[in-house]
Amino acid sequence: MAAGETTDLHRGRRGAVRATAALALALLPACGGTGHDATVELWALGREGEVVKSLLPAFERANPGVRVQLQQIPFTAAHEKILTAFVGRSTPDLAQLGNTWIPELVALEALEPLGARLAGASLAPRDFFPGIWATNEIDGEPYGVPWYVDTRLLFYRTDLYTQAGVVRPPQSWEEWREDMRRVKALPGAERYGILLPIDEWAQPVVLALQAGAGLLADGGRRGDFHDPRFRRAFEFYVSLFAERLAPPLGNAQVANPYQQFADGYFASWITGPWNLSEFRRRIPKERQGDWTTAPLAAVAERDFPGVSLAGGSSLVIFRASKHKEAAFRLIEYLAGVRQQVEFYRLIGDLPARTAAWDDPALTADPHLRAFREQLQHVEPMPRVPEWERIAWAIAEAAERVILGQQTMDRSLDQLQTEVDKMLAKRRFLLDRRTRGAGQ
Amino acid sequence: MRTRATRSRAEARAGLTFIAPALGLIIVFFVLPVVAGFLLAATDFDIYAIGDPSTIRFVGLSNFAALLHDPVFWKALANTFYFVLVGGPLSVAVSLGAAMLVNARLVRFKGFFRTVYFAPVVTTMVAVAVVWRYLYHPRFGLANQILALLGLPDVNWLGDPRWAMPAIILMAVWKNFGYNMIIFVAGLQGIPTTLYEAARVDGAGAWQQFRRITVPALRPMLMFVGIITMIGYFQIFTEPYVLTGGTGGPLNATLSLVMYMYKQGFRWWNIGFAAAVALVLFLIILAGTLVQMRLQRGRE
Repeated sequence: MAAGETTDLHRGRRGAVRATAALALALLPACGGTGHDATVELWALGREGEVVKSLLPAFERANPGVRVQLQQIPFTAAHEKILTAFVGRSTPDLAQLGNTWIPELVALEALEPLGARLAGASLAPRDFFPGIWATNEIDGEPYGVPWYVDTRLLFYRTDLYTQAGVVRPPQSWEEWREDMRRVKALPGAERYGILLPIDEWAQPVVLALQAGAGLLADGGRRGDFHDPRFRRAFEFYVSLFAERLAPPLGNAQVANPYQQFADGYFASWITGPWNLSEFRRRIPKERQGDWTTAPLAAVAERDFPGVSLAGGSSLVIFRASKHKEAAFRLIEYLAGVRQQVEFYRLIGDLPARTAAWDDPALTADPHLRAFREQLQHVEPMPRVPEWERIAWAIAEAAERVILGQQTMDRSLDQLQTEVDKMLAKRRFLLDRRTRGAGQ
Repeated sequence: MRTRATRSRAEARAGLTFIAPALGLIIVFFVLPVVAGFLLAATDFDIYAIGDPSTIRFVGLSNFAALLHDPVFWKALANTFYFVLVGGPLSVAVSLGAAMLVNARLVRFKGFFRTVYFAPVVTTMVAVAVVWRYLYHPRFGLANQILALLGLPDVNWLGDPRWAMPAIILMAVWKNFGYNMIIFVAGLQGIPTTLYEAARVDGAGAWQQFRRITVPALRPMLMFVGIITMIGYFQIFTEPYVLTGGTGGPLNATLSLVMYMYKQGFRWWNIGFAAAVALVLFLIILAGTLVQMRLQRGRE
């Protein structure tokens, strides 16, 4: 179906299909077996929405009577679109969701719990990377099935590292800092050890997770930013800028990071799989042999590799769906090993299903080895609906110290106050619920 | 007498019937949302309320109290005023200057220059922002190369909290002055040349002609342009949004009130709080407009 079709037209047509289906059922009451006609509406985001189209005909052939209606939504508008659809009671049967959005939609009671269905399904939680699977569970109940995974790790310039006398990717924070110092000291033009865009929250949050900070305390009722573990990570992150190992730039100012990485302006970058194809495409041919990927360092060498974020997208079923059975079959199909490999081939998304990683299509790429290792060491972020806002507050707190506006103590105090305020409603609701249960 | 009264009542009824559709639309799409906005501002409507309306709490004026204690709100307010008080007059002055240049008798290719100056107004903001981001690039940007030619040190335009707002103002003025310029050109063309000729005969210089003829004759345009520019500049959103990638950074140095409202309302879903911000912005714009009208009337 055309991607740009308007919702009204779309809804009208769905209504018509339903009416026809109802009529057909009324006229043919004896139509037994699996012959229920169902039109399953799937919302997929961005590029995935374009590419998944080619996987659907095979599913429809294998499931006669089930039609899939695909609606493609741009990633930037997806969050608003899904929330408005929920308010307007026009949610699809199933959708692709960024896995950090799951807690929010679970809080709205918009999603169907999948535990019972998974019990008799062809896929099990152990078929996926454990850290990734965990992002789909709220209070022990799964609400989504991972579709593809994202995580962040170190992309670095092997030639610059070798030139600086570094023999292996860093395994501990101190080794990492030393490597960056050496790269910084190389003769030639101005150079930085690493690019950490100061308007991104992923890097300080990853470091905090590595240091063992919980970020939130008391069942997500309050921030936990006076925890010495958080402070340690925060200090480390900020010190990289104070030592001028990382440039104090935001994303909007870097303009073309690929070119600057190729120029050696910065020798490493913490980023994700979406940049693998960008690196291949945008970095000049003569520099293609000079970069590779490595898992992130840990606080101490014995814990290597350090943890990273469990990102990616999941497939979820909405509570209001009338075709949950068929929708779940579609999820099972899309999470199947063969479709996962095919999806990687088509678009480069990393499979969530571990078995798919043994396929030659994935083992052939040396840059993927580090990703496979890193994915064994990923942790979900705190699963509260307010998370994204909290994450931004963390980035802003670090930015205040990096740009010299506040001392670390004041910045952390402010962060704690802000986050406690953001969680006020959640505290009220949780307390009300426990009071209600106590009575 | 009586017949006239009945007739006027009948006329009133007919008139009401005619304007009813328009009135209905205004009520549904303007009055009701405004009332809803007032009501929302008195609640803590948020993401939880979307799922379960029973979690909405009536909070009275505490959104406004929270607003007054929020340093980010004050920062956004200060930024907005900075933008309006510096960018607004600058924009009007540049438009007026450009209008007089384009309208000057000695200038050739008037239509060409009018088009050139008007072009930024009709260019997509996002495309403009992409280009300006390159102009402001700390290492390769044209802005810094010009500074270097003048022997001045580099400026981290969008990365330094002190320079980010001037950078946005510069771009906004460049982007918007063409529209006001066209209004001024229209005004200038309406001034009879005989006035200038008479003034020259009386020995008035260029400055005196400008002070005594151009400005008084343009007063209605100045008032219109002043108010429209002020209202538009108070609502600044797109320029910092696209130039800073939606963050309002660095350190909220370019966060405007509308951006703050957008962030609170549509990114974090604190609809109640965002409605309170909107209300405050409305009051500020109302006050600004009243002051400007009073000033203009005082001069007449």
